[in-house]
Amino acid sequence: MADTRHVAFTVNGRPVEATVETRVHLADFLRHELLLTGTHVGCEHGVCGACTVLVDGASTRACLMLAVQADGRHVETIESVAAADGAAHPIQAALSRHHGLQCGYCTPGVVMTLVELDRERAGRALTEAEIRAALSGNLCRCTGYQGMVDAALELFGASADQSSV
Amino acid sequence: MAEPARIGIGARTPRVEDAALVRGKGCFLDDIHVPGALEAVFLRSPLAHGLIRKLDLAAARAHPGVRAVFAYDDLRARLTMDRIPLALPAAGIRFHVDPFVLAREEVCYAGEPIALVVADSRRVAEDAVALIDLEIEPLPAVADPVKGLEPGAPRARLDCPDNFVASNGIDYGDIDAAFAGAAHVVKERFRLDKGGGHSIEPRGVIARHDPLEGRLTVWDSTQMPHRTRGVLVTTLGLDEEQVRVIAPDVGGGFGPKAVFHPEELAIPAAALLLGQPVKWVEDRFESFTATIGERETDWDMEAAFDADGRLRGIRGRLRYDHGAATPYGVALPFNACTNLIGPYVLPAFKIAIELCLTNKTPAAPTRGAGRPQGTYVMERLLDAMAARIGLPRDEIRRRNFIAASQMPYAVPVKQRDGSLMTYDSGDYPECQRRALAAAGWSDFPARQAAALREGRYIGLGLTNYVEGTGRGPFESASIRVGPSGKVVVTTGATAQGQGVQTMLAQIVAGVLGLEPQAIQVIAGDTNASPMGLGAFASRQAVTAGNAVFQAATLVAEKAKAAASTLLEASPDDLELHDGAVRVKGVPGHQKTLTEIARSLAGAAGFALPAGMTPGLAAATDFLTTGLTYTNGCHLAEVEVDPETGGVKINRYVVVHDCGTMINPMMVEGQILGGVAHGIGMTLFEWMRYDDQAQLLTATFADYLLPTADVLPRLDIHHMISPTPLNPLGVKGAAESGTIGAPATIVSAIEDALSPFGVRIRDLPLTPARLRALVRERSAA
Repeated sequence: MADTRHVAFTVNGRPVEATVETRVHLADFLRHELLLTGTHVGCEHGVCGACTVLVDGASTRACLMLAVQADGRHVETIESVAAADGAAHPIQAALSRHHGLQCGYCTPGVVMTLVELDRERAGRALTEAEIRAALSGNLCRCTGYQGMVDAALELFGASADQSSV
Repeated sequence: MAEPARIGIGARTPRVEDAALVRGKGCFLDDIHVPGALEAVFLRSPLAHGLIRKLDLAAARAHPGVRAVFAYDDLRARLTMDRIPLALPAAGIRFHVDPFVLAREEVCYAGEPIALVVADSRRVAEDAVALIDLEIEPLPAVADPVKGLEPGAPRARLDCPDNFVASNGIDYGDIDAAFAGAAHVVKERFRLDKGGGHSIEPRGVIARHDPLEGRLTVWDSTQMPHRTRGVLVTTLGLDEEQVRVIAPDVGGGFGPKAVFHPEELAIPAAALLLGQPVKWVEDRFESFTATIGERETDWDMEAAFDADGRLRGIRGRLRYDHGAATPYGVALPFNACTNLIGPYVLPAFKIAIELCLTNKTPAAPTRGAGRPQGTYVMERLLDAMAARIGLPRDEIRRRNFIAASQMPYAVPVKQRDGSLMTYDSGDYPECQRRALAAAGWSDFPARQAAALREGRYIGLGLTNYVEGTGRGPFESASIRVGPSGKVVVTTGATAQGQGVQTMLAQIVAGVLGLEPQAIQVIAGDTNASPMGLGAFASRQAVTAGNAVFQAATLVAEKAKAAASTLLEASPDDLELHDGAVRVKGVPGHQKTLTEIARSLAGAAGFALPAGMTPGLAAATDFLTTGLTYTNGCHLAEVEVDPETGGVKINRYVVVHDCGTMINPMMVEGQILGGVAHGIGMTLFEWMRYDDQAQLLTATFADYLLPTADVLPRLDIHHMISPTPLNPLGVKGAAESGTIGAPATIVSAIEDALSPFGVRIRDLPLTPARLRALVRERSAA
């Protein structure tokens, strides 16, 4: 019988308790146990960034973290980003406005990276180079990144309103 | 300033796909939860070539939680034939190499599926795969298409007479006279590797057989669900009504998902044998080793010119690595050669194409489908000749362009469908003129000299190209407005991120006077659209776009005819607006499409409006009459560090002409993504194999996709030369960006390194390779 552990943590503010196989990574747990399928799996070796979630506020590859390692932590996924009434978050709306997504498979990871970037900048205006560096951990095969860079520039760039979005 | 139009042809309509996708609410294959589904994992060959001497499945079968383990013979029992019949008609093919569903005795590439484990969960299935006792007797592997064609080379497949799987070519004009009378001849050898598609979503298949309905439903992350259905019907001995294939949201295609892979048969066969749903999702290692992609091309080329730099002829030999099978015909190198001609007058052309089987994953189209390599060869030959005779690179191209007044321009080369390759519209010289102006071509030498004084090596490169788009023979579409008023569009076209739903909804919205959000587009479901081809060859705006336009026009005419009766008004006095047919200039005097649909739905025993057939609906097929040729000119400015071989792209200009644009925002999205692929192929992406055909770059840490910090911002300009070949005047745009990029970047790097006299031939151009070229020249 596979090794299991009991874990308790929060996902998008809601408490989760489960007995999980110790070898299950967080992305599989979110997707297949909690049915939060917005977190996508692209490479399972930590490069593509499609599975990016926030753990205690820090962007994390959910494919490189075991579900048991989330014990006692706070996990945020793409499903938490839009408003409770379903209204798009400004980052989501800007991505659409700037054609920053095509197939949409990498998009949840991109959104989570930008959510973290917005919190970290704490109102400071960002340059295009800073935005590109932040996005360099998310592989996108469709867009050439220009739309998502433009979306972030609109929200975080020098000409943006400098409160966090 | 007036708000730009939000609907109809030419509007930057926001995408209807985005609302779900930005929220993580898309439905990709692995998001589909089928109750009771078992999960599957394949055992794959660790060797590139060998004979299976032992395959003991007992321990795996006995593992708790395992429901079945299948080898070739187990699945063959459910199939109608030994091999998967994928052969497409192909000129010059010597023998078709169709794959087996699982390896039978011989394995021919590392990654080839050998056995299939189906278990309660993927984890259990993976455990069980490790329990399979496999012994393979190694055979010599063919890793190189040039060596593989030499006499005495080992055979890549023992079931084929040799490795020379196909030969074709192009031969027109008097090539001997062209070279005999030439003032200058350049001779070059190019070895070009092109990487794979590498969509961020890997492939996947779910199959469920419903014994009550007698139907097999297959969810497949495919670009061509109708082809999948056709192959399944044939190999499983079912009829069309018994097989439904659905392509859900697909996370990028780029070609590899167009080709039928053995897993797409193995999973449905397993589901039928087990009587339970089975799901398989590829992991990234499988994606690298088992998903098709493009491979190496080896070009031995000569170009003959007049004294003033005009092309007289090109001749040569192309050897092409086709991998271990021919799952999609042998069209790739032919595409490469036809696209070599480009926007130039080439009076004579003779090239022999030799396709070599190797022990690599089979080759099939990925974005560009051979064309970037052909364009690269032509543009490198032009740059080489320009350097030889001291002609500016823009001028040698200007002297060779086909003039706008020569359109339509027939090249004496026959296409796949038997027609002559004919450029339908475009103004190539003007396209280059605009690109040069946008990139500051004439000021550049001064900037370059100033940079050099600071010890910086900057360069500007350019490329012109064409792309045959909109391959036929047809695409189908239907539109129906039900009694609920809902407008439903069905099509054989499929979506992998291009925005197909928006594109089609936008066309219908423009014709029927609706918001795109009011229109539901069902793409990628063989039940919704009985006929269809799907996504390949930059074709869907051309084929599905025009099919939907025709159908929408028929629905609009019918709505007006019905309203004419209902409103007692002449059809000429009627117009479609905001979901209704109204009498021009008479507010409120109208019938909504819903009301018209209800009146055409009929009522028991009552007459339909006079002379009308039932239903507010239309179904049409758009039949192509030839390829439509998109063209473009790319310019890139780079800075090169000769010490490290590092290349930074500082500027990238595209002037692009794909005829009428349905949605310029989405066209630009295609160009942006296409150029990113082309830059990847040039500087980063390399499927590196060792001499035993083992892939050395099977992770994204070893195989580099371009990232946000290395790709440039693109400056895109449009020209619009509508094609006469379809009612909308549209041409395809999906691969064009990829075609122009490699030659552009390399031209710029050569220009930057002109103080060293570096000539670049092979791709990809990694920093190590570029540094070696600089050192070679510095030592010389």
